[in-house]
Amino acid sequence: MTFDLKIDEPHPDHRADGLTQSVLGHDNDRPDGWLKVAGSATYAAEEQADDMLHGFLVRAPKVGAVSCPNLEQVRAMHGVRSVLRDRRMIRNAAQGTANEAPVQGVDQAAYVGQPIALVVADSFEQARHAAQALVVSVEEDDVPVLPDAVEPEEPEDKKTEIGDLDRAMSEAAFRIDAVYTTPSMVSAAMEPHAATAHWDGETLTLRGSLQMLKFNRNELADSVGLDPANVRVLAPYVGGGFGSKLGISADCVAAALAAMELGQPVRVVQHRRNVFEVNTRRSETRQHIRLAADAEGRLTGLGHEALVSNLPDEEFSEPVIQGSHFAYAAANRTLGMKIARIHRSAAGSVRAPGESVGVTAFEVAMDELAQAAGVDPVDLRVRNIPEKDPESGKPFSSHRLEAALRQGADAFGWSHRHATPRQQREGEWWIGTGMAAAFRVNMVIEAEARINLTRDGATVMSDMTDIGTGSYAIFGQIAAELLGLPLDRVEVQLGDTRFPPGSGSGGSFGAASTGTAVWLAGMEIRKQIADRLGCSEAELTLQDGMATYANKRASLRDLLSHEPITGHGHVEPGEAAEKVRQATFGAHFAEVAVSDVTGEVRVRRMLGSFAAGRILNPRTARSQCHGGMTWGIGMALTEELTHDRRDGHAVNRDLAGYHLPVNADVPPFEVHFVEELDDWAGPTQAKGIGELGICGAGASILNAVYNACGARVRDMPATPDRVLAALPS
Amino acid sequence: MRPFDYQRPDTLSGAHGAARDGATFIAGGTNLIDLMKLEVMAPDTLVDISRLGLDRIEPHGDGLHVGATVTNSDLAADLRIRRDYPVLARALLAGASGQLRNKATTGGNLLQRTRCPYFYDTATPCNKRRPGSGCAAFGGEMRNHAVLGTSEHCLALHPSDMAVAMRALDATVELEGADGTRRETALDDFYRLPGDRPDRETTLSAGDLITGVILPAPFGGRQTYRKVRDRASYAFALVSVAATVRMENDLISNVALAFGGIGTRPWRDHDVEDLLTGEAPTTALFEKAGDILMKDAVLREGLEFKDTLVRRLLTATLTEMTQ
Ligand SMILES: Cc1cc2nc3c(=O)[nH]c(=O)nc-3n(C[C@H](O)[C@H](O)[C@H](O)COP(=O)(O)OP(=O)(O)OC[C@H]3O[C@@H](n4cnc5c(N)ncnc54)[C@H](O)[C@@H]3O)c2cc1C
Ligand code: SF4
Repeated sequence: MTFDLKIDEPHPDHRADGLTQSVLGHDNDRPDGWLKVAGSATYAAEEQADDMLHGFLVRAPKVGAVSCPNLEQVRAMHGVRSVLRDRRMIRNAAQGTANEAPVQGVDQAAYVGQPIALVVADSFEQARHAAQALVVSVEEDDVPVLPDAVEPEEPEDKKTEIGDLDRAMSEAAFRIDAVYTTPSMVSAAMEPHAATAHWDGETLTLRGSLQMLKFNRNELADSVGLDPANVRVLAPYVGGGFGSKLGISADCVAAALAAMELGQPVRVVQHRRNVFEVNTRRSETRQHIRLAADAEGRLTGLGHEALVSNLPDEEFSEPVIQGSHFAYAAANRTLGMKIARIHRSAAGSVRAPGESVGVTAFEVAMDELAQAAGVDPVDLRVRNIPEKDPESGKPFSSHRLEAALRQGADAFGWSHRHATPRQQREGEWWIGTGMAAAFRVNMVIEAEARINLTRDGATVMSDMTDIGTGSYAIFGQIAAELLGLPLDRVEVQLGDTRFPPGSGSGGSFGAASTGTAVWLAGMEIRKQIADRLGCSEAELTLQDGMATYANKRASLRDLLSHEPITGHGHVEPGEAAEKVRQATFGAHFAEVAVSDVTGEVRVRRMLGSFAAGRILNPRTARSQCHGGMTWGIGMALTEELTHDRRDGHAVNRDLAGYHLPVNADVPPFEVHFVEELDDWAGPTQAKGIGELGICGAGASILNAVYNACGARVRDMPATPDRVLAALPS
Repeated sequence: MRPFDYQRPDTLSGAHGAARDGATFIAGGTNLIDLMKLEVMAPDTLVDISRLGLDRIEPHGDGLHVGATVTNSDLAADLRIRRDYPVLARALLAGASGQLRNKATTGGNLLQRTRCPYFYDTATPCNKRRPGSGCAAFGGEMRNHAVLGTSEHCLALHPSDMAVAMRALDATVELEGADGTRRETALDDFYRLPGDRPDRETTLSAGDLITGVILPAPFGGRQTYRKVRDRASYAFALVSVAATVRMENDLISNVALAFGGIGTRPWRDHDVEDLLTGEAPTTALFEKAGDILMKDAVLREGLEFKDTLVRRLLTATLTEMTQ
């Protein structure tokens, strides 16, 4: 039986607090952790088959009409089984939740690096060598690759004009008017995108590295022209995604087409250099931010206008201003987006699309305002917290920003800081601290899950993925808590489209969406057990495998000896989104050292303070925050995908050239969770935590750099050359 | 990667015998294999030199002989190196990552190819990869390129940290030709400037095998290696300096300076050292040294910062070492 829930109303009944198994909210191990450490969790490229063939993607070296004059010779090369130039191959990965094929085709390359053929051979080495031998001729098109080279689109529906910002600026006691830029960035997940496709003449089975299987199945089916009913997608383990695996990727479609043509399993692994260009990047941004404030630093106006880019025919645009709609009160507001259609690789969602870069730039501007107005940066934020959503007037579902700021400031020792730059020095190193607020929209996505309860324990099933985030752990905890079972009697099975469709992993909504579906499935089972015991669900206690009601007591083993119970949970977003504004909030604090000689920045410590509703497992939640904060270091200091200015190609497309922070860049982190139960988040009162940690993290570092040495860097990343250039002489 | 033959001889003469036309020596393979995967290098035959007994560090006169296949990790950890040539130990540890250093060898490190991204990208022209095809770096992404020793045909950096320290130490490369004759070449004469043949990077002849590097008698004095990079570890130098300084009566009696991140080869300019020798250390003097070092620098777009950075680094390093 199914427990359906549409989230229309708040859930003030905090049932999780009344349950007694004591696993939910606890710091439990990840059940997949040991498998991953020991190497027994297998990834997409590790799938084995005796007759496996290997495909290698061939990239377009230029933009324009493509032909392959020596295709027949390559086909005849040793070990080569096929050279696919199938028009169903996809131009770039699908956008998240696309649910249909992205732009397809191999005859016209829209960006340098677009896959225009797949060479399939008996071995990987043969396929790669043949792919390198394939001559790709391009009749070059003269296309724009620089965001400034085109007249951008300015969508009306992304425009907000309230009051008169120009006037507010001219009348302001303090004003900031500056431009901030962030470069293209990539997810660079540890596991490269990879797929293994099997075709039995009727059904396509694809083992992929993907985040949102119910959508991915439809995208794959639509791409290759099959009925989704005949397509099964598996992704039980995924080595990181960060948005780059939301939509079906080029390796998946190419592997499927090759398997269908050749009748043998085909594996396609994206070369690390493919990973950097055929999957979606985070668009570069140019952000014009204006702040108008009164004598106390209260905002009277704010402006946030951003230029981003994408390929023609891509619906996504980096929603840079998303957080600025609700972050701060200000009567006069101008927000808007410009989208340049250029021929760099496709832009799409990368961890916290929008706020990651938008909040980061905005929070640097807020620091500039704090400095200009002589107001403490924490106080400035608190002073500008809106009572209600500043644009729609809706109440917030819950708003714990002030608590996050104050508690974080206390834990960090913020009160000891020097308010003006260049006050503390150790040898050649300037020392300083900085902070920023964190904002991230919260969403729920339709999700389903099933729990089978038998004598031996419970099995939770959903096509939800665990991309390293802890889905396996928290779903097990939710089920164990509701069903009163020790964790080792709950098994969680994920990542198979044969299971009920979960939310998929993305937008921080996995734990709250699929987690709620698991909760509902568990509740459904509790009701059925209560029936068997002759009580109501609320009167039932389940703990350590025993069901108790008043003086009745029975073991689940006995209760279930004849008939196992199945519960199905189904959650959908409802009217809540119309009634309230829901978001997660936090605060970042950082201490840095900046070399006065070289402009090198070393982050010495960081503290994040976050409010994201109920924390289902502090360990997995903390890990998410650590990840986000590390990304903040990358955004502030090291990460930049450089595009060749002539043809737009990604120049530094490997892990030696694209500088992710390494261990030596990452200091000790402290993570603090603010107590919060958001009743509008559904029966678990939990919100998303996966992306909050990155939003604004980089700004706390850049603000600390300013506090240390007086260098205000507005173009990210703040590499030594940029810091030196901004250093006051 | 093109199919290739693989041989692993046990003797030097066996190595020379195996290294006929088209054959390439492989040591740690940390650079060569990457280049082969991309078909930037496509040798017919690989001759593995890991079993030739070239993996020892031995006394050599008052100095040391470092075998060509001594790994970067072993060299950096050697007590004599840490005690007498700390600039070298530091430079080695500033390079690559622990895993890479465990494989990378002394000879391979000297001969590693540039990290110019266009050199690795067979879809773009590159005079070093394909002589006469042009240079894609000009007008493209130039931030990680050289400002000294460049030509209109190539401005690729030599990426090694180790070689910079060795140049400051007046190291000598020991070679064995295809016919078995041994000779030595000062590191100063080992690397060529790109000129119009950037594909010819050293004065090695075909079939020459590096058998070792000779470090002269310890220099004494103070030594340091300082590397500025885009992240705290595992990145090539934006600018680096290897410095050895000896003071007598508050005057600089002896100094050697070599630089990474600025030149098409590990950079050393004896005019700079001549200026400093015998002088009292002052900021003005160090700034003048910077002027001399950079007098012929060509600061192409995106590379202007290296001028500032190397001068600041030079002044700060010398200030610290002459205190
Ligand atoms: C991601 C990454 C980061 C790195 N970062 C740094 C860094 O920060 N600083 C730095 O200095 N280096 C860095 N390196 C480069 C590394 O130091 C070199 O790859 C390594 O030193 C090469 O040594 P090898 O023994 O592996 O050489 P191989 O790859 O085996 O050989 C390199 C070349 O030398 C030739 N060769 C090798 N030995 C001999 C010999 N005895 N006689 C004649 N020819 C020979 C080979 O034929 C080949 O052409 C990095 C490398 C990578 C992959
Ligand atoms: S700088 Fe040198 S290595 Fe780089 S593309 Fe030009 S010729 Fe090739």
